Amino acid sequence: MALPPPDPQFVLRGTSAAVHTLHFSCGGPEPDIPLLFSGSENGFIHVWNLKTHRVDTALDGHGRKSVYCVETVGGKDRLLSQGRDQRICLWDLAEGRTSVTDSVFTEHVGFCRCSLLKVAQGRWLMAMAARSLEEVQILELPSKTSVCTLKPEVGAKLGMPMCLKLWQLNCDSQPVLLAGYEDGSVVLWNVSMGKVLSQLICHQEPVMSLDFDAEKAKGISGSSEKVLSIWSLNEQQNLQVYKTHELVNAGISDITIRPDKKILATAGWDHRIRIFGWKKLKPLAVLDYHTATVHCVSFSDHSNPRERLLAAGSKDQRISVWSIYAQT
Amino acid sequence: VCFIPGGLDCSISFVSRVLGKVCIHGRQKEILGVLVPHLTDLTKSDCIWQRICWRLVECVPDRWMEAVVLGFVQRAPGADVLSRLLGNLVVKNKKAQFVVTQKMLLLQYGHTTAVLQNLLGYLSLDSLRRTLLLRVLQELLETWSSSSALKHSSAEQQLYISKAIVICLSHLKEPEIESCRQELLTSMMEGVKCHLDSSLPQLRRLGMVVAESISSKINTEGPVLKFEYEEDDETRELKALLVQTPPSCVVPSLPDDDRSEKGGAALPLVPQSNEKPHTAAPVMPDEELDAELDSDDDLTPYDMSEDKELKMKSPVYIRDCIEVLTGSRAEDVDKWEATVKALESLVRKNPAATREVSVELAKILLHLEEKTCMEGFVELRQRAQVAVLTTDPIPVAKYLTSQFYSLNYSLRQRMDILDVLVLAAQELSCPKFHGKTKHSDAQKPCIQLLPGSDSSKDWRRIVDERIKSKTRRFDMGRSHVELASCPNEFNSVAGHFFFPLIQHFDRPLTTFDLLGEDHLVLGRLVHTLAILMYLAVNTVAVTAMGKALLEFVWALRFHTDSYVRQGLLSCISSLLLSVPAERILADMTEELLETQSWLGDVMEKDPDGDCRRLALQNLLLMENLKKKLEAVPS
Repeated sequence: MALPPPDPQFVLRGTSAAVHTLHFSCGGPEPDIPLLFSGSENGFIHVWNLKTHRVDTALDGHGRKSVYCVETVGGKDRLLSQGRDQRICLWDLAEGRTSVTDSVFTEHVGFCRCSLLKVAQGRWLMAMAARSLEEVQILELPSKTSVCTLKPEVGAKLGMPMCLKLWQLNCDSQPVLLAGYEDGSVVLWNVSMGKVLSQLICHQEPVMSLDFDAEKAKGISGSSEKVLSIWSLNEQQNLQVYKTHELVNAGISDITIRPDKKILATAGWDHRIRIFGWKKLKPLAVLDYHTATVHCVSFSDHSNPRERLLAAGSKDQRISVWSIYAQT
Repeated sequence: VCFIPGGLDCSISFVSRVLGKVCIHGRQKEILGVLVPHLTDLTKSDCIWQRICWRLVECVPDRWMEAVVLGFVQRAPGADVLSRLLGNLVVKNKKAQFVVTQKMLLLQYGHTTAVLQNLLGYLSLDSLRRTLLLRVLQELLETWSSSSALKHSSAEQQLYISKAIVICLSHLKEPEIESCRQELLTSMMEGVKCHLDSSLPQLRRLGMVVAESISSKINTEGPVLKFEYEEDDETRELKALLVQTPPSCVVPSLPDDDRSEKGGAALPLVPQSNEKPHTAAPVMPDEELDAELDSDDDLTPYDMSEDKELKMKSPVYIRDCIEVLTGSRAEDVDKWEATVKALESLVRKNPAATREVSVELAKILLHLEEKTCMEGFVELRQRAQVAVLTTDPIPVAKYLTSQFYSLNYSLRQRMDILDVLVLAAQELSCPKFHGKTKHSDAQKPCIQLLPGSDSSKDWRRIVDERIKSKTRRFDMGRSHVELASCPNEFNSVAGHFFFPLIQHFDRPLTTFDLLGEDHLVLGRLVHTLAILMYLAVNTVAVTAMGKALLEFVWALRFHTDSYVRQGLLSCISSLLLSVPAERILADMTEELLETQSWLGDVMEKDPDGDCRRLALQNLLLMENLKKKLEAVPS
């Protein structure tokens, strides 16, 4: 007899706007407070204290335009946020400061979240959608120099890039970029040479979100249709479809794989969060709490596995935090 | 008939006369059937024979020239052959010129496409004759672009002229097009305007195809005119004529076009089906490797039985529907869609609740516009309107008919009102057990089972038993199922549907003038009245309706639009079928006699074929009526 799905451990209220992006920062040792960063449609970034379940700080840096991506850049004192004001801001949050130290004017009017990858101590690569419709630009942070621009060939008709993921197999290998496009295809780019390594048509509709497991060389993508597509990367750097999974309702906003690669979570347009086992995509749970589209899901980076959490932000202005499969 | 070979200088005028005389007596087929093939062969390479042939036709006396030329044009297997046989006859002989350039093209329209090709090809083959070709094109365009010619000619003639224009265009060369570009443009604009104004779809399509052809000729670079219409055989044939076929073969390119089209369509399908498996080829994982590392087993799934498809709750109360449909909140589009889908069944299930708000609902539905991209929105709206109208006929009919004549509605909305009235009338007049009513558009309705009269069943049972007990049966006969009868619901409301529609047709409003430009709506109104008249059979108001309808038809009988005239004739048919014969005889005798003479006139002189046919049908119906009345012993 299967148990009914669990309730959220707690719910964070108070953003007064739809929540578009979430990011945990809980890896620090005691006495560091575990934090959750959230970006909302009213342009505010809230820093939630996960011990008190209250907002510690509210950051206003995007001119009241929706913030759709937040990420920490090496620790909770440096934050990167991307908003609909076409800017990516870098914040300095150490010692209670809340100032924007740097910003990049992307001129991108879409919703494509940028992707960060640490390549060396103090150096990151950031992939972001650029001004021109089909292009992705790779910048080096903090110098903000352009490494390369990834332009699809003329007539490829990929459309806008919808989601990006930069990764490298280990510290010595070349960084590569996985990009999901509007026409439903996922493209693997070689960043240093700026060339396409492989392209795979995964969906009939735009790819809304993707995530990749570098160890198993397997990735998953979700789109506005009912199908989740799992694809793998073989030795020749070619993408192949591994499996597809059909959902009950159409539309996925976000997919994320837990850092221990055991489970993954999807945020659906049907207000539900779904949990799957990553190995075989076995459906594990359907978490039905929210009353509007779930925009984002994120797993925490707690060093103690039992404390691991899953957070989901929704259009109904609430952030639900769950503790699920934390025992394994 | 054999000819004298050799270089003798003989006079052929005698032969010409014989030829002419034979042709004028109607024997063109026989004599030319032998002559033309001979001459074709002989003139193929021999110049002398060509000259002889030309002399032959030139010497035919004027009074017989027409028959000869007509015969040649019809018999010649190709334009080049015709050119060889006739030479420059049209230039030299006035009568021949008249026949070829005027009579065959503008005054007659019975010739086949091949004959047209011959004729116009012949004109194009020689530089002397090309000026005639241009003149012919100008005159054809003048006729084509004149709105009065359009109104008074039949559809077949329009088709003929269109074909001729397209063939002429296909023969024109660049410098010639340059010289008359302006004229072509002006006539195209005028012609397209009056063709699109017509109520008959066939004429509109012809106009569009010809305009497209002209535009493609005069705008060789840059955008050309492109209309959207449904292709049918006529339009395809017309378009095929624009491409110039080589002069040697006059075989119509139509069957070839069809075959190549089908072949072309089949090819793209094949590579597509080849591509699909390629992109979706799944790579099945190795089962053995996974078996050992199956740590997913310790992740027990939770209960997911609640995970079902997300369905938008549809409203349950009619007043809720009204609220949703009139609300202006942009986010509730899902609710709005669900409401539109559920409305018809709700109205039918809750007649009492509907009657409380029927006029309001009718008003909302009439003005309802598509908010989201829903499938079948127009049909859903129409069905909801019909449901409301049948649930509460009198007030809603009053509202709709008054709106039909109000200001500030689009033509589409007014025609929608007419459609809804017809569908509701059909449903009301049809016996209930029929279930779904068929949708018929504004054509002559097909015969349906007439509704039974309203009477209770008890007396029938008693009478039947009495009869059964008193009759001796010799043969049981075939037993047939007796259909249950029920009251005719249309009876009480027929007048409310009919009379308001017929009342104000001659009062123009600022935005709506039935007797003026909006003759399309007038045509639809007339057809609607015909259907309502037909459905009113066995109702009490039918005689009054018949009289009003007859007056209406009389007032409009000389309307220039053939769609309206067809509607008027359908009205007469409905009248003759619905109004009981005795009432017709008693109340409408003089009007009917006048109508009879009008119908005879229409049958003989109306340019539209359908009108003539309908008039004949009406006269036959009248004859039957007369016979029926005479057969009944008085």
